[in-house]
Amino acid sequence: MYEQISKNKRLSYFLIVVMTALLIVIGFAIGYAATGVGYFGIALAVIIALAMTLTSYYKGDKIALATSHARRVTHDEAPQLFNVVEEMSIASGNPMPAVYIIDDSAPNAFATGRNPEHSSIAVTQGLIDKMNREELQGVVAHEMSHVRNYDILFATLVGVMVGAIALMADFFLRFTFFGGGRRSSNNNSGIFGIIILVAALVLAILAPIAARAVQLAISRKREYLADASAVELTRNPNGLANALQKIADDTEQLEVANRATAHLYIAQPIKKFKEKSRGLFDTHPPIQERIGVLRAMASGAAGAAS
Amino acid sequence: MIALIIIAIVVVIVGGIIAIYNSLVRSRNKVDNSWKQIDVQLKRRHDLIPNLVEIVKDYMSYEQEVLENVTKARSQAMQAQGPADAAKAENMLTGALKSLFAVAENYPDLKANQNVSQLQEELTSTENKIAFARQLYNDVVMAFNNKVQTFPSNIIAGAFGFGAREYFETPEEEKEPVAVDLR
Repeated sequence: MYEQISKNKRLSYFLIVVMTALLIVIGFAIGYAATGVGYFGIALAVIIALAMTLTSYYKGDKIALATSHARRVTHDEAPQLFNVVEEMSIASGNPMPAVYIIDDSAPNAFATGRNPEHSSIAVTQGLIDKMNREELQGVVAHEMSHVRNYDILFATLVGVMVGAIALMADFFLRFTFFGGGRRSSNNNSGIFGIIILVAALVLAILAPIAARAVQLAISRKREYLADASAVELTRNPNGLANALQKIADDTEQLEVANRATAHLYIAQPIKKFKEKSRGLFDTHPPIQERIGVLRAMASGAAGAAS
Repeated sequence: MIALIIIAIVVVIVGGIIAIYNSLVRSRNKVDNSWKQIDVQLKRRHDLIPNLVEIVKDYMSYEQEVLENVTKARSQAMQAQGPADAAKAENMLTGALKSLFAVAENYPDLKANQNVSQLQEELTSTENKIAFARQLYNDVVMAFNNKVQTFPSNIIAGAFGFGAREYFETPEEEKEPVAVDLR
């Protein structure tokens, strides 16, 4: 379990390094091919990316909760849910998040918040109805682990980098095709200049796609990490495994979810991509693999204890 | 030139010592805090029990002994002096409550009562919270002991008198499983 956690953390940092390298290469290639005039565009892109980041960092949780039509509940309105969240706060040593319920019968949950002091957890009515206490505890532990692993902050940073890459690539493409800028006629003229230009163009088209793929790979790794961190809290891998199995078997569509918020939920809420979709562009790893990893933890612990 | 290098090295070393010392202090404070949190949950359990006894005693008039055990164990736990006695008394209270829940399975009227099921949820949750508070205590003790024992923080720890802390141990009786379905 602890190995899972350190492995996932290492892989995430490696992916961030890849992303930063991509950003530097793109920036360099574009800057080189578009000498001079490009700087203003890049500065503008950075300012826009920064503004978007700060908004999503400080207001993102309220936005996510509002679009999901979540309503805040007190202890008396949902005693078992509230107690389970409180138990997980105690186990993690963190303050309690605000607790919300989403009126939808599809079982799912998400957590938002830039740090444990400013966090919220939202759970669907369907999840409360369909899960027993230890399964609910597993799901809540997973969601709260996203907050305590600072995944929201992590995802925001990665999102900024992807945004910056996409914006720079976009500016470069417009700038190249719609004129308005000196060509590199004063340095490296001739064939070499054209090759650089073509390379930069290819990069500009592919980079945003590659960056998005890396962003989703990071997202998947953090999901495994949240599963392992949840077990660190509950010490009960089967609770979460059973919950995931129930969620996988449930065919209902979560109405309030859309592509923008899909990555926040515990399982892919848009059921159009059936079980077998293990593509580059999934926000979550395949659910059967997640269950497999958890079951292995359970039998590993049983083996060690006997 | 040499003097500058030496000053730089000294600054780095002193900075490192300060950082390690502060991290040890923070870690030790976390240990103390989580130890106190266990007490908070234990007291919460003390407060919930009179309500429980009051509600169930009408339904379980033939189970006087079990109810009395719970009440007695609770007063003993509240009066216990010192951590060793308190731990023993709290474990006895846990045992008495387990017997009560086991016996309550035979009273379907009791289980159907709204107040009872709410109270049972609260007591289940309190037992869980006690367990998680102890788990957190052991987790932060491990983190603190790691700092006290690994190099190079063990040097600072030794110099300033930070000692390794003891884990919370579960006595043997508590480890037995209880066949009670509390859902």
